[in-house]
Amino acid sequence: MSLICEESYPVRGGDFKDAGKVAVQIKATLKKLGLDPEILRRAAIAAYESEVNIISYARLGKIHLQVDPEKILMDVEDEGPGIEDIEMAMRPGYSTASDLIRELGFGAGMGLVNIKHCADEFEITSRVDQGTKLRILIHVPDG
Amino acid sequence: MNLASVVEKLKLRVACGQGGLERPVRGGYAGDLLSDVLANSSEGDLWITRQNHQNIVAVSSLKDHAGILLVQGKEPEADTLEKAVKEGIPILVTELTTFEIAGRLHRLLHGPS
Repeated sequence: MSLICEESYPVRGGDFKDAGKVAVQIKATLKKLGLDPEILRRAAIAAYESEVNIISYARLGKIHLQVDPEKILMDVEDEGPGIEDIEMAMRPGYSTASDLIRELGFGAGMGLVNIKHCADEFEITSRVDQGTKLRILIHVPDG
Repeated sequence: MNLASVVEKLKLRVACGQGGLERPVRGGYAGDLLSDVLANSSEGDLWITRQNHQNIVAVSSLKDHAGILLVQGKEPEADTLEKAVKEGIPILVTELTTFEIAGRLHRLLHGPS
């Protein structure tokens, strides 16, 4: 399938000030493509949670967005501590966030769960002391 | 019902976003955990929260909320205000607690039960 959009968005670790900026940009990009609002909503949530994860835990990372007529694909990659126990990390409510992060209303242990919930296909791989990769795929229905 | 009527009936203060008060309020959502609000609130909701830092603006913008309502007299922080003005998101303030204002908003939108 031919791509109708491909963009890469860098995300800086620790930069809470601008948290959500990339997700807002991704949503605007997808909106311009005329995608269904429900698809838009799911992609925006997945993008936001991915962005906040990089900011909260990693040194730096990026979200690579590809859209073709059949799907939205977001490849999220970070350089950071990685996740030791992915099964635990996927458990709703489990979080290793600091008190500071929690005070802002982040770190509720819902991020990865939200992403998975919004995706039609979701893959997570991680290497401790290296980083984490997410592959988020959302099907675009016909029409 | 639009935001302007909600502001008037619930005696809210408008911290910013005067221009957006014609927006319809379709419902409400109360929450301080950003992931929860992101996952469970709906387009057109008035989001009731005690979080007043700048990150609430992106969440509200992503979910196309009608606006943000800060409780217990909390003022939006300076950079929250700046971002909200830029994004055109109304921020309202009440002296009441989440429980009190959520009850009143619910009654206003859905009638006495």
